[in-house]
Amino acid sequence: MALNRKIAYINLSNGEVETAPIPLEMRRLYLGGRGMDMYLLYNHTKQGIDPLGPDNVFLVSAGILVGTLASASARTHVAAKSPLTGFVGSSNMGGFFAPELRWAGFDHLVIKGKAKKPVYLWINDGEIEIRDASNLWGQGVFDTQETIRQELGDEEVKAMCCGPAGENLVRFANVMTGLKNSGGRTGMGAVMGSKNLKAIAVRGTMDIEIKHPEQALEYDEQMINKVNRTKFAQIMQKWGTMFIYGVTNSTGLIRCQNFQLNQLVGGNIECEHIEEVDFGTEGCFGCVIHCRPKYIIKEGPYAGTYAQGPEYTSQGAFGMEVGCNNFNTILVGNHLVNTYGMDTLETGSMIAWAMELYEKGILTDKDTDGLKLEWGNDEAVIEMIHRIAERKGLGDILAEGPLRAAEKIGKDSLKYNIQVKGMSNLHSDERPSPSLALGIATGSRGSDHLRSRPAIDLYHLPEHVLRKIYGNPTPYDGPLTSDYTDYEGKPRMVQWQEMVYEAVDCLGICKYHTIFLSPNLLSFDEFSKLLYYNTGIEMSPQEIWEVADRAYTVERLFNIREGLTREHDWLVDRYFDEPTPTGLPIVRGKKIDREKFKKMIDEYYELHGWDENGVPRPETLEKLGLDKEPSHKL
Amino acid sequence: MQKILLVDSEKCTGCRMCEMVCSVKHEGVSNPTRSRIHVIKWEAEGLALPMICQQCESPPCMAVCPKDAISRDEELGRIVIDYDLCIGCKMCVVACPFGGMGVDAVARKVVKCDLCDGDPICVRFCQPEALQYVPLSTVNLRKKRGAGLKFAELMSRFA
Repeated sequence: MALNRKIAYINLSNGEVETAPIPLEMRRLYLGGRGMDMYLLYNHTKQGIDPLGPDNVFLVSAGILVGTLASASARTHVAAKSPLTGFVGSSNMGGFFAPELRWAGFDHLVIKGKAKKPVYLWINDGEIEIRDASNLWGQGVFDTQETIRQELGDEEVKAMCCGPAGENLVRFANVMTGLKNSGGRTGMGAVMGSKNLKAIAVRGTMDIEIKHPEQALEYDEQMINKVNRTKFAQIMQKWGTMFIYGVTNSTGLIRCQNFQLNQLVGGNIECEHIEEVDFGTEGCFGCVIHCRPKYIIKEGPYAGTYAQGPEYTSQGAFGMEVGCNNFNTILVGNHLVNTYGMDTLETGSMIAWAMELYEKGILTDKDTDGLKLEWGNDEAVIEMIHRIAERKGLGDILAEGPLRAAEKIGKDSLKYNIQVKGMSNLHSDERPSPSLALGIATGSRGSDHLRSRPAIDLYHLPEHVLRKIYGNPTPYDGPLTSDYTDYEGKPRMVQWQEMVYEAVDCLGICKYHTIFLSPNLLSFDEFSKLLYYNTGIEMSPQEIWEVADRAYTVERLFNIREGLTREHDWLVDRYFDEPTPTGLPIVRGKKIDREKFKKMIDEYYELHGWDENGVPRPETLEKLGLDKEPSHKL
Repeated sequence: MQKILLVDSEKCTGCRMCEMVCSVKHEGVSNPTRSRIHVIKWEAEGLALPMICQQCESPPCMAVCPKDAISRDEELGRIVIDYDLCIGCKMCVVACPFGGMGVDAVARKVVKCDLCDGDPICVRFCQPEALQYVPLSTVNLRKKRGAGLKFAELMSRFA
């Protein structure tokens, strides 16, 4: 049955492998995927461990609905203590790895220790083997996967791996599967590299039971029709997330030249440019949105290269943030980070930050080995990607991530760094939108748009529509405002989105199929039905919310154990001190109000049942059954 | 009117939803290795092609079957297996040039697309319409219209 997938404990230091069933009781508490990973992270690490040492644990999982009849149930989750932030490391990717892992018999991998030499795991129909990866070390992301397939003699093998950036312990190296699916954030690739674990290959032919096949088919058909009918899906099918740029740039909601402008003047990087180089889009497993353009680079030294993407994040990383107005630079940059296995967002943000330091004279030609780190210098941006991944010169410093790099560079450099908890922000400017600002300030893995972003706040939806969404499945009768520049009622939106994103990450469904960029997509009611038809587990929408609440609180407990305080839920000064220079009248001249923001955080803590320091109250822990953690049930 | 399951590989996004719904519909489980349809991919080139029984007019599988267990259902235009006669020798699997005849390793039997008795589930779930179930008589015209559109576009560039 769908629930007989096992957990495997793999010790790379001594080669021991153990497997165990996952009790239904644990399923009801955490479902799977990210939720269960957070429990495992809290239970299998000790306070203060070195994230890049053998005591860290590397967790890989599939959501509980992966490979079943649920919309885009393709997500792999990875977790560890983050080498970037020192807090929760957690990232999520699409593709075909997670379903294959489940067909091979596993839902969760708990990887400990450190191998003496490079290895990869080969998981096939219930069996796990640790194999030599000497020949893979140094290979790019996609080459690694192809070499594994050749070695194992099976074209259908799916693999996830770290790239050279992970081997070089770049603190924002990612894990990847396929050409572009990336567990991008919090440096999970560096954790793989630190363990000498190059890749995990899977192939499975085992049944996943669908509890109620007829109803599951019928309901899934309804759901994919619902998803497919949204304007959002239809746009994504054409251009992927790059469509967002047209809206955010014209409004003035982007970070340009690090944090100096909130609009890019020009117009060479609109999503439509992808049509000049793409030949269709590809989907992840079971997805009707298929948002990944397949393109061939047409110009420059990489001409003729086939790649996938880019996403909105790469448009920011190698476009507006670094002041480049050249679509080809975005295509090349995207291809390079995906070959090195490096978070596109963090890479772009680090380069943009270095460019501002160069402009301010904090970094000079001596520091850059003569590289002119000037806004819009496309060659310099591409060169810096290589230097970071290979840890050369200034790249070696930037590879350490925002806070460590700022400490090494010194002077006023930290002031120009756009980060929260040591992780860089998306290339978005949240000064006009307090709800989005609160989301990045409080996100459990640092500044991030996929933890709690109430993106639909930007749509000015009428209050009764907001109430229908944000008033369920737990009651809420506080304020809700349609104006995205307002501070009222926004903490609830952030909390609600946190819960919905945590829930889908436990289920293994893609966030694009849920209420994220479209208000018409799936939410707790649908999750409850999908869970029942596919697995037979009966849980109400409220109970699924409670799972999300529990998992998010475990993330909070982990962070607190690792030294998180209220001060970490805060933005850098520039958000409060520098007003936005451009944009539409509604966003121009906006900055975040410190006092109102403090009040928002108080309200946000209160909604969670946390005290004024952001620590979960004893009664909250008791309510969620977390008063006896760590409980070591798995 | 007889219909055929038409594959348009240019529209395929490679999501493999067809494999999953096929195995759920026929076997009640999610397991692509037990599906009748498979999306064959060349990841390094970004190509995907759904492969399935072509319901041939002169089926090699039928010709080689030593027990005459394979026959043609004229009403639906499909090739069917009579499991009462089938001895599981897999000669049909060897003979099929497309891999349309498969082996279900769990149930230990040869399996092939049965067009879901006239309402193929894969077609219902294929939103990009890479899989279509269309009247046999219109296939040719549909292809001509598609090709004609490309031709017209090309001509307009030089007009």
